[in-house]
Amino acid sequence: MRHTFVALVEDIPGVLNRVVSVFRRRMFNIESLTVSNTHQPGISRITIVVDSDKTDVDRIMPYMHKLINVIQVEDLTYEPCVSRDLAMVKVSAPPEKRSAIMQLAEVFRARIVDVASDTLIIEITGDKEKIDSFVEVLQPYGIVELVRTGIIAMERGVPKLLNKTNGNHKTKMPAEYEVVS
Amino acid sequence: MKVTGAEIFWRCLEYEKVKVVFGYPGGTTLPIYDALVESPVHHVLTRHEQGAAHMADGYARASGEVGVAMATSGPGATNLITGIANALMDSVPIVCITGQVASPFIGYDAFQETDVTGITLPITKHNYLVTDPYQIAPTIKEAFFIARSGRPGPVLIDITKDAQQAEIDWEYDSSPVQLTGYRPDLSPMPADLKAAVDLIQNAQRPVILAGHGILISGAMEEVLEFAERTQTPVASTLLGLSAFPGTHPLSLGMMGMHGEAWVNQTIQEADLLLAFGMRFDDRVTGKLSHFAPKAHKIHIEIDPSEINKNIPVDIALVGDLKETLQKILPSVKPVTHDDWLNTIQEWKGDSSVRDIQNLPDSGHLYAAHVVNDLWRATNGEALIVSDVGQNQMWTAQYYRHDKPYTVITSGGLGTMGFGLPAAIGAKFARPDMEVWAIAGDGGFQMTQAELSTLAQEGIKINVAILNNGYLGMVRQWQEFFYDKRYSATPMKSPDFVKIAEAHGLTGLRVTRRDEVMDAIHTAQNTPGTVVIDFRVEKEDSVYPMVPSGAAIDKMIRRPVPQSVGNK
Repeated sequence: MRHTFVALVEDIPGVLNRVVSVFRRRMFNIESLTVSNTHQPGISRITIVVDSDKTDVDRIMPYMHKLINVIQVEDLTYEPCVSRDLAMVKVSAPPEKRSAIMQLAEVFRARIVDVASDTLIIEITGDKEKIDSFVEVLQPYGIVELVRTGIIAMERGVPKLLNKTNGNHKTKMPAEYEVVS
Repeated sequence: MKVTGAEIFWRCLEYEKVKVVFGYPGGTTLPIYDALVESPVHHVLTRHEQGAAHMADGYARASGEVGVAMATSGPGATNLITGIANALMDSVPIVCITGQVASPFIGYDAFQETDVTGITLPITKHNYLVTDPYQIAPTIKEAFFIARSGRPGPVLIDITKDAQQAEIDWEYDSSPVQLTGYRPDLSPMPADLKAAVDLIQNAQRPVILAGHGILISGAMEEVLEFAERTQTPVASTLLGLSAFPGTHPLSLGMMGMHGEAWVNQTIQEADLLLAFGMRFDDRVTGKLSHFAPKAHKIHIEIDPSEINKNIPVDIALVGDLKETLQKILPSVKPVTHDDWLNTIQEWKGDSSVRDIQNLPDSGHLYAAHVVNDLWRATNGEALIVSDVGQNQMWTAQYYRHDKPYTVITSGGLGTMGFGLPAAIGAKFARPDMEVWAIAGDGGFQMTQAELSTLAQEGIKINVAILNNGYLGMVRQWQEFFYDKRYSATPMKSPDFVKIAEAHGLTGLRVTRRDEVMDAIHTAQNTPGTVVIDFRVEKEDSVYPMVPSGAAIDKMIRRPVPQSVGNK
């Protein structure tokens, strides 16, 4: 099954390598990975998705916690959350097929962002399943290029992850352990 | 005041109370070595960087302080790797300093450039690349803090040559380290403490599994108090030896692959395991699904990633062991387990007829005899540093430690060649103690060059080589599991007496059991280092032995000779 991990990390060189090494060392294949700045200076946010049935995928969390530069980690797999992926699809679109493709795009609420003589670039945002099915319906027309940003995910409601790191960073632990100051 | 990065470096080591460092200079550490001339820190020139890392390791384990190893960039740094990995596996606080090519050359394959922070990423607790002279001081402070706090471990700092050379305005900032993502100070939930006490009070057949964490946390008194008050026997891991007095009536000895039969049997029959600062290594548990099947398990451990890693536990108390036991002890009422202790005593009697100490002197020199005589000759008070292999297991089985911090050995990584350099490091930490390095003929030759280091430093340790002409542990596995096909295990060694003499040291050779004591006494009474070449039985094996992957009570036992009895 698919697991989604979100980590807040220090925004310094080498941190991504440390985080990814936790997965590499245990032979997990990363399905998608996104890294970007946050509204808090000096803190980056990483979303990692792995598709694995190995039971020890649960052990990823404590090893991520051990990294000095990792401030907070959440496993969003079992949490209610919103996840989004963005794709740009360049599809072969000779004039006679163009309107059909544009209609499909409209159904998926995708946007045409570039029109060339015989190709279109279509931008689509959504969860993984929506993009997968959009790609599927475009396949018969001939996909020239495809790029996806990878999943970003956010918990619904009270943002547990961000609250914990506001002001003090004293709670870099799973809930079952008490933190003494 | 203007100072160079190199001068800042040594001043910071002084602030960390470093008295001795072990290292080997080179091109990219020239500025640091130039500034060393003005520093009060003593530098020990090793013969190989691996030796430097092991010496720092031995120093750290013997002193409880952070050990420091230094190397230049490229090959110097890569030679540290084994020692760093060893320190990580055994939770030893060391700080390794490596030189790096000047920052403009990084990434251009400069002479002796290696991506050392990349290489050491998975084998350090944390590491740093410092290119800015202003970052040298805060990085060193952080590195020492990380190395010694929480679950200790190795930290590496790679410092570029230009950062060492730069002159800057600088004053030491003594404010405490702030690390947002590092929480070494966890403590267990009160509800879990209470649940643990309930299990402890109701156990009929409890056993303590005493690990290295007791020594790291300094919880020896608390463990002793706990064991005596609850009349709980204590089994020890290899690295937990000396955490509980070896001659105490409740002490069982070492558990696991080469643990005595009664120890493993106790664990298998127990109804409560109290895992104190240990991590259920595969050499301890054997087949996981068959490990202590009847027992509830309480795990007191400072590293949350160890909880439920190999063995699922009923109660996990994450925190410092000493503090946690201090919280538990006031609610623990005295209990007795006479039946349980008597049962264990019976198992013990059954095993003792197989003990090599009880076999008559057949004229053969067994390694176990050597270790046992060494234990008696030193009143069990020497600091014993063993290498890896059969010598290590015999030492663990036959030398009983009553005082803490008197065992140093490479546990998790099993690093051959660790013994001699670690013993040298330990001697610098405890110059008042009698230090013995015990090694096999194979492991000794791996780092034999460090004899020059100890000769140059003029320090006195003693070295016992248990020389059986084989890579004994591998030979033993070949005997048991590969039809005695001794592939690449017979080993021809140099004349170790002459090797010692070539270094200006004393060399002795012992071939008979009745010569052992005399040789040990001679070594003790000789002012300089003595190397004793004990020519022990060539094809002896370490018994008992749990085959890899078997349950820990399924062991290969020492055959009982007819003359002793057929029990």
